[in-house]
Amino acid sequence: MSKEMTGASSLVKSLEAAGVDVMFGIPGGAILPAYDPIFDSTIRHILVRHEQGAGHAATGYAQVTGRPGVCIVTSGPGATNLVTALADAQMDSVPIVAITGQVPSAAIGTDAFQEADIRGITMPITKHNYLITDPAEIPRAIAEAFHIASTGRPGPVLVDIAKDALQKMTIFKYPTKIQLAGYKPQVEPDDEAIRDAAALIARSSKPVLFVGGGVIKADAHKELMRLAELTGAPVVTTLMARGAFPDSHHLHLGMPGMHGTVAAVTALQKADLLITLGARFDDRVTGKLSSFAVNAKVIHADIDPAEIGKNRYADIAVIGDLMYTIEALIPAVELEFKKNKPDLAAWWRSMDSLRKTYPLGYAKPEDGSLSPQYVIERIGAISGPDSIYVAGVGQHQMWASQFVKYEKPRTWLNSGGLGTMGYAVPAAMGAKVGAPDTTVWAIDGDGCFQMTNQELVTCALNKIPIKVAIINNESLGMVRQWQTMFYESRYSNTSLQSKFIPDFVKLADAMGCVGLRCERPEDVDSVINEAMSINDQPVVVDFRVFKDAMVWPMVAAGASNDEIMIARGLAPDWDSQEL
Amino acid sequence: MSKHTLAVLVENSPGVLARVASLFSRRAYNIDSLAVGPTENPDLSRMTIVLNVEGHVLDQVMAQVYKLVNVIAVSEMPSASTVHRELLLVKVATNKIAEILEIVERFDAKLVDEEDQALTIQCTAESAHIEALLKALTPFGIKELVQSGLVALERGTAALSDRTLSAQGISTLHEIGTQADYQN
Repeated sequence: MSKEMTGASSLVKSLEAAGVDVMFGIPGGAILPAYDPIFDSTIRHILVRHEQGAGHAATGYAQVTGRPGVCIVTSGPGATNLVTALADAQMDSVPIVAITGQVPSAAIGTDAFQEADIRGITMPITKHNYLITDPAEIPRAIAEAFHIASTGRPGPVLVDIAKDALQKMTIFKYPTKIQLAGYKPQVEPDDEAIRDAAALIARSSKPVLFVGGGVIKADAHKELMRLAELTGAPVVTTLMARGAFPDSHHLHLGMPGMHGTVAAVTALQKADLLITLGARFDDRVTGKLSSFAVNAKVIHADIDPAEIGKNRYADIAVIGDLMYTIEALIPAVELEFKKNKPDLAAWWRSMDSLRKTYPLGYAKPEDGSLSPQYVIERIGAISGPDSIYVAGVGQHQMWASQFVKYEKPRTWLNSGGLGTMGYAVPAAMGAKVGAPDTTVWAIDGDGCFQMTNQELVTCALNKIPIKVAIINNESLGMVRQWQTMFYESRYSNTSLQSKFIPDFVKLADAMGCVGLRCERPEDVDSVINEAMSINDQPVVVDFRVFKDAMVWPMVAAGASNDEIMIARGLAPDWDSQEL
Repeated sequence: MSKHTLAVLVENSPGVLARVASLFSRRAYNIDSLAVGPTENPDLSRMTIVLNVEGHVLDQVMAQVYKLVNVIAVSEMPSASTVHRELLLVKVATNKIAEILEIVERFDAKLVDEEDQALTIQCTAESAHIEALLKALTPFGIKELVQSGLVALERGTAALSDRTLSAQGISTLHEIGTQADYQN
């Protein structure tokens, strides 16, 4: 039965029909009509303190649950404050749906109060977006938004709704069918491409399974495990794919890229075949593109045809959902292996030698101060692989990707593509809402933390007990590291003085959280255990760490991966390696 | 670099031109011309885009354009199998009317307006023909000109809207790209 109601009620009913259980937002003038029916809805609305927080929380929720995250904000500044979160979700292919209020349709284009052309602004940073001025179109737009956000290559979709469309009366009817003539993601891979890929795998003696975030998006980690064990090929997981394959598995060489392991970087460089699964040849992985994996053929499997050949020529393109693709690849490879199974022994001798000679590691600070890597390593060890770890952007992010050991998908969240400082606290909040029974650690920097920590108020008031480890090196650490290396240690504007101001313990306390501090290596475990024991309130730990620690290994921006350094001025001893 | 003509079938919805234009700008693809107008189906518009790109970039452009939700089909229009036309309106300020009329006739153009030694000429032709006409008129003093941008339609019975039914619109990538293209 359809019944007449306001566009606002139709919106809320549509969101309920789309299966939304929680949304993050802040009301304001243009979206106000929607907040009246939200008051009565079964959907939990979490009132955040800044719209960017709503956006990243939606992302955190989506990354953990695999379902679209939802945020709702008002027009103008409310909408523009979402821009960073939308760009972030677009770069990392995260399904979120953003609802924005817009000024009344008659006022659009008049530079009205709190007017911003958010559809125009977000065109290049959303998968798709809508401007709705007719209340009758609301249910269809919402249904399409959820469909587009969560299918194909996931991404953010924004629905901008004029205030008068929310106020006018309309008939609510949620569509049972969606017609999108121009949107037909290919789910099942082409048989011939699968056969060609399998044949190439059977002919290659130095293959690498180059795993990207798409494997996690497609929930294809089990299929990946079977393919890896079938082929016996080394596996590397990109920053977005940490957790797609267990770190403890003997086939895993770790993360490739600018701060990847020597073994993972070299595996890609020296391979004769890259079996690329949901990775996009980002510059942080390839280094200088023209010298990246020069002897490798490339199988590129991705759901997005536009990724094929964007950065690197693909010898074989397999378009499709990775779960179907890997599922199809397994029997095809088995069939080829009956004819010929390549011997990877020599390849593995090289890789084993590299990972044995150049494991991830760090030097303890000589002055006895706290090592940031040690803190992060201990958090991972004590909290364990069932916890969710959410990082900001910078040195702490790289250390969290290196020194926490991931065993499961959707336990590592970070801003990979956009590199959004300030991602951690709000994304951890969204993650905790999506997985309330799981321990969620935000591993944040003191710079990042000061960009978005206001959401701890939201966490405290809404009983979202996340744990935040501030890796406080009192500076913009990664920028400082670049200044050390490339700007003769001229530290222009990277000192934040955050061991002086603010007092993070008092700040945490003021925001209704438990604030703890740790300054000595011998206290690390007890402070982490204390944080672990508090589950009714958010906890913030100010870990005051050595500020000159650096992230290694490193391939300098724009340099070839062959020029990987394991410490300052120190390259691996290639002559002693058989490659 | 070489010239390519793309036909793009899009939903006739607000903002679709901005989406396509924004994509070209954001990904730094240079457009030579873009013409857009209604089609036989009131729900669809058709764009003809001429661009100058390297081989493998064309595949990228097509894939990126096709990725836009409002884009229904993308197809390259090779000159061998398509009719290409441009419309030119040009105003020449001269008193040498006889010579102009001779040029108009020679280029199969049309005089559409004449006033106070200002002759407005219309020509519909392929790009090279238009260029040649302009070259011939230049010595007489071109006061103003406007061009429509190229439009193109496939010869024979085939129609772009038929091909929209293929699942991907561009299901098979072109064979233009080679590994060598990428080493730059």
